[in-house]
Parts: sequence; C-alpha cells; structure tokens
Amino acid sequence: MEKNFVNVNIDGTEYKVEAGLNVLEACRSVGVEIPFFCYHPNLKVAGSCRMCLVVTGMPARDRATGKPVLNPDGSPVIAFSPKPTISCGTKVAEGMHVITDSALVRSCREGVLEFLLLNHPLDCPICDKAGECKLQEYAHTFGKADSRYVEAKNVKPKKVEFAGKIFIDAERCILCSRCIRFAKEVVGRDIFGFIKRGSKTEIAVYSDTDTNYLINAADICPVGAITEKAFRFKMRTWFLKVTKGISSESSAGVNTRVWSRNGVIYRITPRENPEVNGPWMSDTGRYEYVESGEKIACAQIDSSPCDSSYAADRCVEIMKLGGVAVVANGSQTLEEMFMLKKLSDACAAKVYMASHTGSDDGFLVSADRKPNTRGAFVTGLISEYPKADLSDLLGEVNSGAVKTIICFGEDLAKLGFDSAALKKANVVYVGREACETSREAKICVPVSGVFEKSGMWINRQFRLQKFEAAVSAPSGMMFESEFISLILRSLTGGSFQTPSIGEIRARMEAEIPCLAGCSKVGDGGMPIDGSKYSGEPFPEKPAFMFGKEEK
Amino acid sequence: MAIVVERKKLTLWEKTYIPQTIGGLWITIKNFFRPAVTLEYPDQYPVIPDGYRGSPALVKDSEGREKCVSCQLCEFVCPSKAIRVVPGAIDPSSPYSHIEKAPKEFYINMFRCIYCGMCEEACPEKAIVLQKEFSLNVDSRDKMVRDKKALYELGGVEPDKIMKWKRVKDAAELEESK
Repeated sequence: MEKNFVNVNIDGTEYKVEAGLNVLEACRSVGVEIPFFCYHPNLKVAGSCRMCLVVTGMPARDRATGKPVLNPDGSPVIAFSPKPTISCGTKVAEGMHVITDSALVRSCREGVLEFLLLNHPLDCPICDKAGECKLQEYAHTFGKADSRYVEAKNVKPKKVEFAGKIFIDAERCILCSRCIRFAKEVVGRDIFGFIKRGSKTEIAVYSDTDTNYLINAADICPVGAITEKAFRFKMRTWFLKVTKGISSESSAGVNTRVWSRNGVIYRITPRENPEVNGPWMSDTGRYEYVESGEKIACAQIDSSPCDSSYAADRCVEIMKLGGVAVVANGSQTLEEMFMLKKLSDACAAKVYMASHTGSDDGFLVSADRKPNTRGAFVTGLISEYPKADLSDLLGEVNSGAVKTIICFGEDLAKLGFDSAALKKANVVYVGREACETSREAKICVPVSGVFEKSGMWINRQFRLQKFEAAVSAPSGMMFESEFISLILRSLTGGSFQTPSIGEIRARMEAEIPCLAGCSKVGDGGMPIDGSKYSGEPFPEKPAFMFGKEEK
Repeated sequence: MAIVVERKKLTLWEKTYIPQTIGGLWITIKNFFRPAVTLEYPDQYPVIPDGYRGSPALVKDSEGREKCVSCQLCEFVCPSKAIRVVPGAIDPSSPYSHIEKAPKEFYINMFRCIYCGMCEEACPEKAIVLQKEFSLNVDSRDKMVRDKKALYELGGVEPDKIMKWKRVKDAAELEESK
C-alpha cells in the first residue's frame, strides 16, 4: 500500500507528513511534542481534555473566485482559525499551517492545566502513578507553582477497590475517558462510566464487569485515578529498572516490561508491539513473577545436597548406561532446545513433550499455555504436536526400555506418573521450581528461572522474540543451556567451552535455515517462515494480530 | 629579588633567654585567671544552634500521627544511600486510614549518613528532620542502622501548622454528612 504525503507547515518549518494522520501524530512524527491526556493512539479520539490545543490555518481562498489569496511577495495568505483547535481531532491537510508554540497556545495549556488541577488532590506522595503521571509532568512544564483557587476542593470517592485488581480514586481523575473507551473498544463492553455532572462528575464502575484485561486501564490512565492493586504501595516507579521480557503465559508471546529493583521483581506491564499485542496484556500474565511454589535451593542427589557440577557428572554416568529419554518443556528457550536436540542426538534419546492447553480467549491468552511449542518444532526437538500426558513414556518405563529420564521443569507426577513409576526409572530433574518430581528425583539440578535468563521464544504467529534476564539467579545456579552443554561435553568427550548465548545463536543460524538472522533480532521480534508446520494441529484460535481483523 | 632580613643582634641579657621565659610564663599565668573558652566535653555539652544538621529522624505531629507517608523521596535523594524505606498501606481501621500510606519500615544507616540534610529538604510532609544529635555512640554495629521505632523516639513531636491531612478528612466527613 502506497502512503500519501501532504505538506504541512509546523511552527514555520515545512514538513512532509503522512496523509490521514491527525495533527498531534503528525507533529509527533516530526519531533514536535504536543501535550495530551485523553488521546491514545489505540483508542478513538474523544477530545475531552483540551490539552492538545493548537492553532491551525489553511491557505485563504477568495470566496468569490475560489482563487488562492496571495501576499504581495507571492506567498499564500494563511487564514488561521479564530480560536485554537484540538490537534488530536484535526486531520492534516495539504498546505495546513500549525502553530504549536505561541503565546495563545501556551496560555491555553496553562489554563487547561489550571482547571484540571483545581480539584486534583495533589497527593502525589501517596500516589502510585507518581513518576509516570502525565499530569505531574505537564504540571512541571506548564503549571503554576501555586493555586489561585481558594474554595474547598470537591470530595469524591477515594481508594475504591474493584474486582480485587484495581483501585479507583475519583478525586485524581481528570475525566479523560480513556478507560471508558478502552473497555468499550478493546474489551468490548462497558466497565467504566461517568456519573454526576459538571465539576462533580466522577468515574465509576459497573459492578460484576471484571475482565482479564482490566489492569490495562491502570496502564492507560494518564493520572493515578486507576492503579493496580498488586503494585499498590510496593515501590515508587523511579527506583525500578526496566527489562524487556516476553510473557510466558501462553503462545501469544505478549511483549512485556519487567520492573525490578535489587533483584526483586515488582510488576510486569505490557511493552508495545503493534505486530503482537499492541499496548495490551492480560491480567493473569502480569502475575507470573509472584513467587508461588517452593524453589530448589541447591543440587541434590537422592535428596542430599551437593554441587551442581558434581550432579552433572553423576548425571552423565547414569546416562552412559543407556535407555535415556528426554522430557522437554515448551517453556524452554530456543537456545536450550537447540542444545537439547544436540544432547538427545548424542545419546540417542527419544524426546517427549507434554502439551499444556487451556481455554483460548481469542485475544492475548491463547490455548497453548507454553510460550515456545513452535520453537520445539523449529529446532527439530519434536515432529508432531505433543499429547497432553506422557503415557507413551510411562509405557516405555514400565516395559524397562527407558531407564533414565532427563526431565526439564515438567512435573511428571501431574502427567500420569505415580511414585512407583518415578522410582522405577532414574529421574534427573532440571528446573527451578520444586515439585513432586524434583523431590522423588534421583538427581535434581536447579537452573535459572524464566526471569533470570535471556533467550528467544517463537510465538503463535511464528514470530521469533527475545527476552532479557530481569534479575540475577542466586549464586551457584547454572543456566539450563550451561547444564546441557556440560553434559553434552562429558558425553561426547568433546573439549569445547560452555557456549555463550551469542555462540549458540550463531550456531542456530548456521544450522537451521529459517532462523537466519536470529542473532540480530530486534526488540520487536522477527517473523520466521513456519509454513512447513502449517499441517500441525495447533490449538490456537484466530485472535488479535493472529488471523483476525484488528479490534 | 631576594630580600635580606638582618638578624637582630641580641644583647648578653637577651642571650640568657631569661626575659623570653618570663614573658611566656606571664601569658600563661594571665590565662589562668581568665574565664574558660573551652568546654569540658563530654561532661559539658555545647549549645547547638537551630538549623544544625545532626542525625536525621522521623517526627510525629501534635496529634501523635506519624507524618511520613513513605513517598521514598528521601531514599531517592539521599546521596550516600543511607535511607531505605519499606512502604505499606495504613490499616483501614486506623483513624488515619484516609492517608492510605505509611512506612512499614524505615531504616537509616548512620554509618552511611553524611548529614547533608537533603532528605529533610526533599520531604513533602516535613516528616524527616535533622536533629541536634551529633555524637553517636553504640556498642554494636547493628545499632547504627536505626529502624522506624528508634527514629520516632529520636525525632519526637514537630507541631504541624497546616494539618493538611486533617483538612482532607474533615472535608470528606462534611461531604458525607450532607
């Protein structure tokens, strides 16, 4: 599709901007910032905040003849509108002149801000939005240091909890209606609404309208009127370090920001990726960092603690006895799967995998609850879509064909193995979370968890996406790829060094044709050719950016 | 150009050093009878002027309410990273539940503190105030990290002229009674 461009004069400079954009976006695209509250690129324009007022003008035309009116020097006379217009609701047009920085525009912004702050409680010290609040930012830029308002401020409901996920503070609300539009346009039904009139207008919610995308309203709220309950009073935003992550909730591969301080993760928010999730993410995906189960503290052999490298040596010894089976996991990174493929080839082990499926909401939680099932196909680890349990492997164990199971973070006890079956084979459990299998396992090796390692996953769109380690693992903990290459080296008698992530990626690029360029993949990810696997029975339904028209 | 200073020629009397010794002793004896200009520290303590930057501490208002709302600006501004705040919510049954937020814990590491007073300057609630205390003596290193209890004990009460949170509560109660 060819893009059309129009010539627009912004603050005296001629620019070529995309036709059809609104003035606000057009100015942003050339680096001229216009302040705004209610406008959101992914929502419809409401024009309720009036913060983005600018002066626009078009070349004047003679009313009688329709000919352009020219100055004595030949340049067109610009007929500016008598009053400022909202830039979010005005589309650019050929020859348009925009003034974003004049005494009138500045006084408009100051006036709008003064009105917004009249009834704002100014409780920034106790507001979780402080530090990422648009009102705070603009108050610093356009606001006055003191208020001319001497009357008492309006009192509205504060700290109203809703659905156990968000807190609503109507006093802080600037009535931008972003949350209302979000619920209507993205969720598809009414959740929020305005009640009362005039300066008493306040934001309110319909009861029993919970949705799995509710906390997005807290993200898009330009002020602290809607805040997330799980993050409430946990930490100020300016202390937190942001790392780019990918949600491991499902194969949707939602791009995330992981906010941490001193090795503790405080919250997860969506990271905008127009090709995958837009600016949204599910609420359930936000709580992946919450430490739920017990973690494995150190390597164990027959439940007695030992060193990880010693455990790896013992693991090699029992693997040399033969009859090895590998239980891979759809949460493993592409790098780990690639190394695991090498390992399973080296010891002629059969690779098993269990699928974990749930209900598909047709948006950002897909049916396949493992983030990298497609990665297992691409790396050649599996060749057909995995079953929901491991009954095949159980049969092999009972018949005595499989003597050793190397299990990567999969709880065999939940996949049809009883205690006797777990004892029958030598189980080597490699994972972060303690579970029934890790307690019954012959050898148990702790490895870095999903927030403690970097890697790549392939989501349901066959899009390769990378994520970074948000926090560091406890000392003495190995990366999974490190453990696999350690065993591989001992097993094959090779003398290579433990490869770094970059080296593994370089090897992947060389050996798997469809992953060409994977070591240089950017933050937005890279689509890869998955047409080879189109016949597989993937369970995902058409969803946002996945075979369905954009919402 | 070098200046040559001629050394004074001493007389025989001066060469004995007796007049210098007597002169020196005279000054000493004179000072015996002057009022003392030093203090017998630590038995005597100096008068500390207002605005002195001693150890920082947390204060309560005249109602006994803890002023700190754990906004963590002091923690952010502290150049030596001496302050650590664990924020928390106020219990809904508390008479101050309308303030919503208070520190769960508050630590100041006095080994790290450099008495710069930036925390006091940054505080939007005037809850952290540098005290007149300047001599810190403890019998274990742990005690130099002061917790919330110790900080309130040291800070005591600082009357609040504005009482902004009380006004918030009064306005809410007025609205409710309407």
